[in-house]
This record gives sequence, structure tokens and C-alpha cells, in this order.
Amino acid sequence: MPKSLLIALKDLTLAFRDVGGLLLMLLAPFALTVGIGLVTGRFSGDSSTGLSQIPVVLVNNDDGDLGRVLVETFASADLADLLEPKTVTDEAAARAAIDADEAAAAVIVPAGFSTAIFEAVADAPSIELVLNPERPVSAGVVQSIVESLLSRIEVGRVSGQVAVEQLLQTGRITPDQAEAIGREFGEQQAGTAGSAITIRRVDVSGRAAEAFDVLTIIAPGFALMFLMFTVTNAGRTIIQERLNGTLPRLLAAPIGAGEVLGGKLLGIFLIGVAQVAILILANGALFGVDWGEPVAVIALVLASAAGAAGWGALLAALAQSPAQISGLGSALMLIFGILGGSLGNQIALPDMLLPVAWLTPNYWGIQGFAALGTGASLAEIAPDLGALLAMAAALFGVAIVAFRRRGLV
Amino acid sequence: MKNILVARDLRKTYGENEAVKGVSFEIKAGEIFSLLGPNGAGKTTTISMLSGLIAPTAGDADIAGHSIVRDSLRVRERIGVVPQEIALYDDLTARENLTFWGQMYGLSGGRLKTRIAAVLEQIGLSDRANERIKTYSGGMKRRVNIGVGLLHEPQLLFMDEPTVGIDPQSRRAILDTVKALNTQGMAVLYTTHYMEEAAELSDRVGIIDHGKMIALGTQRELAQQIGGRETLSLHIGDDQNSQALAEVVRGLPGVDQASAMDHTVSVIVASAAEALAPVVGAASANGFRIRGVEVTEPDLESVFLHLTGRALRD
Repeated sequence: MPKSLLIALKDLTLAFRDVGGLLLMLLAPFALTVGIGLVTGRFSGDSSTGLSQIPVVLVNNDDGDLGRVLVETFASADLADLLEPKTVTDEAAARAAIDADEAAAAVIVPAGFSTAIFEAVADAPSIELVLNPERPVSAGVVQSIVESLLSRIEVGRVSGQVAVEQLLQTGRITPDQAEAIGREFGEQQAGTAGSAITIRRVDVSGRAAEAFDVLTIIAPGFALMFLMFTVTNAGRTIIQERLNGTLPRLLAAPIGAGEVLGGKLLGIFLIGVAQVAILILANGALFGVDWGEPVAVIALVLASAAGAAGWGALLAALAQSPAQISGLGSALMLIFGILGGSLGNQIALPDMLLPVAWLTPNYWGIQGFAALGTGASLAEIAPDLGALLAMAAALFGVAIVAFRRRGLV
Repeated sequence: MKNILVARDLRKTYGENEAVKGVSFEIKAGEIFSLLGPNGAGKTTTISMLSGLIAPTAGDADIAGHSIVRDSLRVRERIGVVPQEIALYDDLTARENLTFWGQMYGLSGGRLKTRIAAVLEQIGLSDRANERIKTYSGGMKRRVNIGVGLLHEPQLLFMDEPTVGIDPQSRRAILDTVKALNTQGMAVLYTTHYMEEAAELSDRVGIIDHGKMIALGTQRELAQQIGGRETLSLHIGDDQNSQALAEVVRGLPGVDQASAMDHTVSVIVASAAEALAPVVGAASANGFRIRGVEVTEPDLESVFLHLTGRALRD
């Protein structure tokens, strides 16, 4: 067996013999999951769906196709169990419904929205999403549906533009024809967009549409938040081993410094994988959470652990002492928890902070698990996996350079 | 006898500080060689360079025919290292620790099991092998710490102050282990600041101070360096200043060196018979009350005092 793997397995063994560490690794996220599950009503009644009949108020001021598609999407049969949409004409009434906690969110489509999108107007009006802070999870679901719909429309619009430009450049159409073709293409996209955001099924055997389970967000949210604690704690062992003398002893053995560092970094990753895997399996076994396609779940667990482990490695490479890593690790756990969505949807965050969330493994991991929970396939969570793996590669790369420069390994 | 280690002008510099200033020595196969010197003399830095842990700033050493600079991996396969601190995993058992470290030295399967059993027997912990290290006493941890260095049966074992901070019984056990290893043919490089340990164990001794090897040889050869001199040890009361007494006697005729430690002043003299009366007289004249006097043959402590003007544990 490679020596780096032996080092990693040793670290995994030590991590699971640290009773205090285990409490934070496994018990804390599990207890919080159960607590939030109780609060959200996930464990009450005989329903296993957790969230259902989310009240949404729709205001469609658009006289074009996009507004119509959005309203039809919210009223579609596939979302009937999840959403309880209500269409009103008055924006003030929609906002009042939010203030009175009668709805989780209000979606307001501005006048001229379709025209602005199809004609690529520079300052196109935006769809306004009014989210109820009292119902963060439900509001997050509505936000995800709207974002997903808009994302589809944007992809279609850009694709259409590119195609039309190519036709124009190759002389196959005239400028006059280009405008008409572009409009027609956009309208077709709008017409088909609704079907692209229906709730997906996990199998094709005719089972009922997969309902959204709040635990598919809450459980990985807390698991990923405490994963940050775990990986920073594992990273701390690099500094701790140096102080204890076991790292110098390893380096005096017939083993390359790269193998030692590789083993330590692999150890951080394996400990993270073990933690998330245990929590995912436990939530699945105890609460019947259907995580989705197994291969995709495994891939997401591995990628999430890799992304988080990258942060753990970087912190270990930059920190001066174990105490500093512990302090920074706890801070990072909370900051990433807030920014990345582990502590609820990021609706309370200022818009300017939302892109920062992309730097957190929590954000991509939660996105991925939420998508898998509604039946997404491995291919559909590829962007989340890609982001997490890119994050891991970049952070591990920087950490290795920092370790070398500081002569730690 | 063939040399297992040849060190040539080893140097290590940290910024402005030259920790080791050109150390050269040899260790023969099957020999116990002690590096004796006070704390901060450069012993650990020297052993760290030889074990491949830090690169020398200049100089080189061959161990079992391999250069520590050019062929560090081969060198590390042939040496065992027992560091000064307890370098073990507290939450693993002794057996798990030995298994892990054995694997790091390339042992596996039946050979690993055999060696672990032999080492546990050798360090006297076979019956407690499955207990976690954190439940062990300091002396037991030290023994496992040594055991790790023996697993792969190295040709040369580096032991860096292995008896620091342990009880006399455990120290005795460790010294006996070193002797037993030597009878099996293993060469040992032993660093210490305890003169008695170097005297008891060593075939040859290198005395190191301020990063320089200031004397090297067998104990007899080293004693000869101070000629026929003898040591007067003056014991004074707890309320008296030994440093002040050392100052008083240092300038007397026939006195070579004088050094104070605790409540004893060691005085190197050409002739104890001739120096005794003037030394005791000067002490009394300056208000010192001598509670006892010993005359001893030159030992490693005397050699160090003669060469540096300081006691080993100053």
C-alpha cells in the first residue's frame, strides 16, 4: 500500500478516536438537522415530503410569452403538491401578503419583460422576487424555481443570438430576416421553457412526481458547515504533528517529503468524505431522505469533501499555530455557513455578497444536494461538481506551494 | 574496523547564526559514539543533518557508503532515529504505533509482525502492547519511542538525548537497552549532556561546544588531554555563593580552571596535594565555609571544564 495512503488512513483512525472531535463532526450537525427538521414540520404528520403547498403570490404585468410561461410553470401539475400559487394584479396586495406572512414569496413580472428580453434591450426590467424572511426555506424553493426558469430562458436567448449571428455572417440570411428569426426563436424558447423546469422524477416506473424534501437542503447544509470544522481540524494536525515531533520523524523515514504532504492532504480529504457520507447515510436511514441517484450522490460527497479539504489545507499552510487554525477554522465554518446557505437561504445577504458565496463549498454542495433531491441526474449537477473540484484543485495547489515555501514539509 | 559514518566539515547556518561550525568525525561499525555537550551546543542540529531532516549548509557525510546530501533516501533506509521528544501518536496503541512506523520503513506482512513482536519483547512492553500510548508513563513512552527506531534493524541508530526528563529506573532501562543493542552489532550515535551516560556507554566521545567539536577520542585519550591534572570538588553550604568562590580560587597558583554548579565548585589543578591547602585557605579567608572536599581522577566533566572553562551543565 502506498505510504501516503497509510498516512491518510492513520489520520482517519485518529480522527475517529477523538471523542470531542466526533461530537462536532457528527453529533452536532445531526442534532441541528433534527432540530430544524422539527421546526419546519418535517417530522410531523404522516407526510414524508416536509415542504408542501408553499403559498406563492404571482403578479404578471407582462403581456408577452415569458410572463405567461412563468405563471403556467408555477401552476403546472408537477408543482401542484409543492406550490400553492395565487395570481393577483396588484403589486401592493402581493407585498401585503408577504408582510402578513400569508405567502412565502411574491414573484412580480414587470410590464414589457418579454419584449425587452427578446429584443435584448440594454436596461431590461428585472423580475422582482419578494421573499418572506419568516419562511427562508420555502422562499428559497421559490427563488430556485424562478432562477432556474430565467436561466433556461437566458441560455436559449444567447444560443439563439449566436446562431442568428452565424447565419448572418455566412450570408445565409439578410439583416431583415435575422430580426424575424431571432424573435421567432426566442418565442419558441419561451414556449418550451416551462417544461424544462418541472420537478423531476427519480425513476420512470410511473411513480408520483418526486416531492421536495426540506431535509435535502438542511441535512447537507449542516453537514457541509461542520465539514469545514472537520477539515480545518484535520489540517491542524499538520502543524500539530510538526510540534509533536511525529512529522520530523516521518521526514527522517525513507519516504519523500511529497509523499508525506500528499498523505496528510489525502487524510484531510478522507476524513471529510467519511463525515459527510456518514451524515448522508444516517439521514437517509433514519428519516427516509431520498438523496437521489446514488452515483451522483457519491460524486457530490467526494467533490464537496475535496472542496472543503482544500480550504482546510490552505488554512494549515498559512496559519502559524494549531490555536490559530482552530480559531480561523471556527470563523470560516460560520462565515461559510452563512454565505453558503448552510444556515438558511442567503436571502438576507446583500446582493454584493452573493458572489462571495461561490467561494464556499457549502454553496455548491447544497445546490447539488437540493437538485439531486428533486431528481436531478449526475450530468445536471456537473456545474456544482466542476466548481467544487476546481475549488479543490486551486486551494490544494496554493497550499502545497505555501507548505513548500515555509519549509513545513 | 570499517566506518559506518564519516562526517566531513558539516556546517549549518540559520541567518546570522552558525549553529554547527564545521564538525568532522567518524563512527566505526558496531561502536557507541557519544556526542557530549551542553544544551545548545549543536548536538541536535548535527544529528538532524545526519538523519536527513535538515540539509547541511556545507559539508557532507557518508553513512553506510551513501552521501546524506546526494543520497538521502538510501541513508534514511539504513539509519534508525530516536528523537529527543516522544514522537508517537497518543491515540494509537503501542502496537499500532509500531505497525505504522514499521510500514513507513518499508516493513509489511510477516516480517512486520515478527519485528513488532521482537521489539515489544526488547522494550519490555509485550503485555501492554494493545494499550493506547496516552495511558503510558513517561518512561514507557520513551521505550516505545526507542522501539520505533529499532523496527527495521538499522545499521546505525541515532539517539538524541533519550533520557531527558525521565525517572532513574527508566533511564537505567534505556542505558541497558543501548548496551544490548551494541552487543548485537548495532552502531549507536548517542547525544547527551550527561557526562555519566557518555562515560558509561561510549567507546569514543566527541565533545561539542558552540557548534564546534573541541575534543574527540576514547575517554582515556580525552583524559590525557588535560595531562596529569586532578579535580578538586569543593562542597559548600546552601547559603553560600559557589560562583563567587570559583572566582576566588580561579587566580590561585596551580589552579587551571574553576567552575561552579549548584553548591559545588570544581577546580582543575596540576597537583591536588599541592593545591589543596592554598585553595581551602583562600576560601576560608574570603568567608566561605567548606563542608567537604573530594579529589577525583580526570573525567569527561574535567575535560570539558579544562577545554571551555565551564561546567557541562552551566
